[in-house]
Amino acid sequence: MRRAEQLARFLWDFVVGDDWRIAVGVVLALAVTAVVAGASVSAWWILPVAVAALLAFSVRRAAPPRR
Amino acid sequence: MTASEWGLAVSVFLACTVEAVEAVTIVLAVGFTRSWRSAFIGVGAALLVLAAVTAALGPALTSLPLDVLRVAVGGLLLVFGLQWLRKAILRASGFKALHDEAALYQEGLRAARAAGGARPGVDGYSFTIAFKGVFLEGLEVVFIVLTFGANQHHTGIAAVAAAVAVVLVVLIGAAVHAPLTRVPENTMKFGVGVMLTSFGMFWGAEGAGAHWPGSDAALLGIIPVTLALAVGLVALLRRGSPSLGAGSTAASDDAMVRA
Repeated sequence: MRRAEQLARFLWDFVVGDDWRIAVGVVLALAVTAVVAGASVSAWWILPVAVAALLAFSVRRAAPPRR
Repeated sequence: MTASEWGLAVSVFLACTVEAVEAVTIVLAVGFTRSWRSAFIGVGAALLVLAAVTAALGPALTSLPLDVLRVAVGGLLLVFGLQWLRKAILRASGFKALHDEAALYQEGLRAARAAGGARPGVDGYSFTIAFKGVFLEGLEVVFIVLTFGANQHHTGIAAVAAAVAVVLVVLIGAAVHAPLTRVPENTMKFGVGVMLTSFGMFWGAEGAGAHWPGSDAALLGIIPVTLALAVGLVALLRRGSPSLGAGSTAASDDAMVRA
C-alpha cells in the first residue's frame, strides 16, 4: 500500500507538478473543446485562450505584485 | 523533413540535452567523491529500468487510436509543458532561483562527502544517487520521446534526436571531467517549455475534435505566439521582481535530483 502511495505521489509530482490548477484547467479546456467541436463550431481557439489565462493566473499566484 | 518534423527533432534534442546535463552532473559528483564503479552500476541499472518502461509503454501508446492518443497525450504534454514554462518564466523574472549546474555540482560533492567514506564492493550511496539521478532525468526523456514520437508517428526521429543529445553530453562530460556549466540551461528550459506547450496545445485540440486553420502549418503560428506570451509574462513580472541576486542559484533550494 505504501509503495502504491509513493508511486501515485511520484506520478502526481512528475506530471502535475507545483500547481494542480493548471492540470484541472487543461482537462476542462479539452472537455470544452470537445463539446464545442462536437457541435460543429470552430473550437481551435479555446486551448490557446485557456493556456494564456492559466499561465498568467499561475505565475501571478506564484509571484504576487510588489506593494 | 517537414517543418513539423524539424520542430519535433529540435524540441526533443533540447529537452534531452537539458536532462542529460543534469544527470551527468549527478553522476560526476558521486563518481569523483566516492566510487566510479558503483556510480556506473547505478547508471546501468537505471538505463535497464528505463528500457523496460519504454518497451512497455511504447507499443501500448502507438496501439491507441490517433484521436484518443492525441487528446490524452496532448493533454499530458500540455500539463507537463506548462509546468516547464511556468518555472522558466518565474526563473527569468527573478521569482525563482536560476538553475546553476556548478552550484548543484558543489552541493552534490558536499552531500557525497558528508555521507562518509565509500564502502568496499558496491557503494550503496553512489549507486542510489546515480540510479535516481539517471532514472528521474531519463524518465522525462522517455516521456518526451514517446509522446512526441507516438503523436507524429515518428518515434524514430524522436529517438535519434534524444540519442544524439545524450551521447553528445556524455562525451563532452567525459572529456572535460566537469559539469557542463556553459550549457545555457535556463534559456534551453524556456525554449523547451514553449515547444512542449505549443505541441501539447496543437495535439490536444486536434484530439478533442478541433481543426487548426492551416492544419500542421498552424504550429508555425502557435510556437511564436506561445513564445510571445511567455516573454510578455516575464516582462510583466520583472516589474515586481524580488531581485534574487546574481549569487542566488537553484542549489540552495533544490535537491540534487530535481525536475
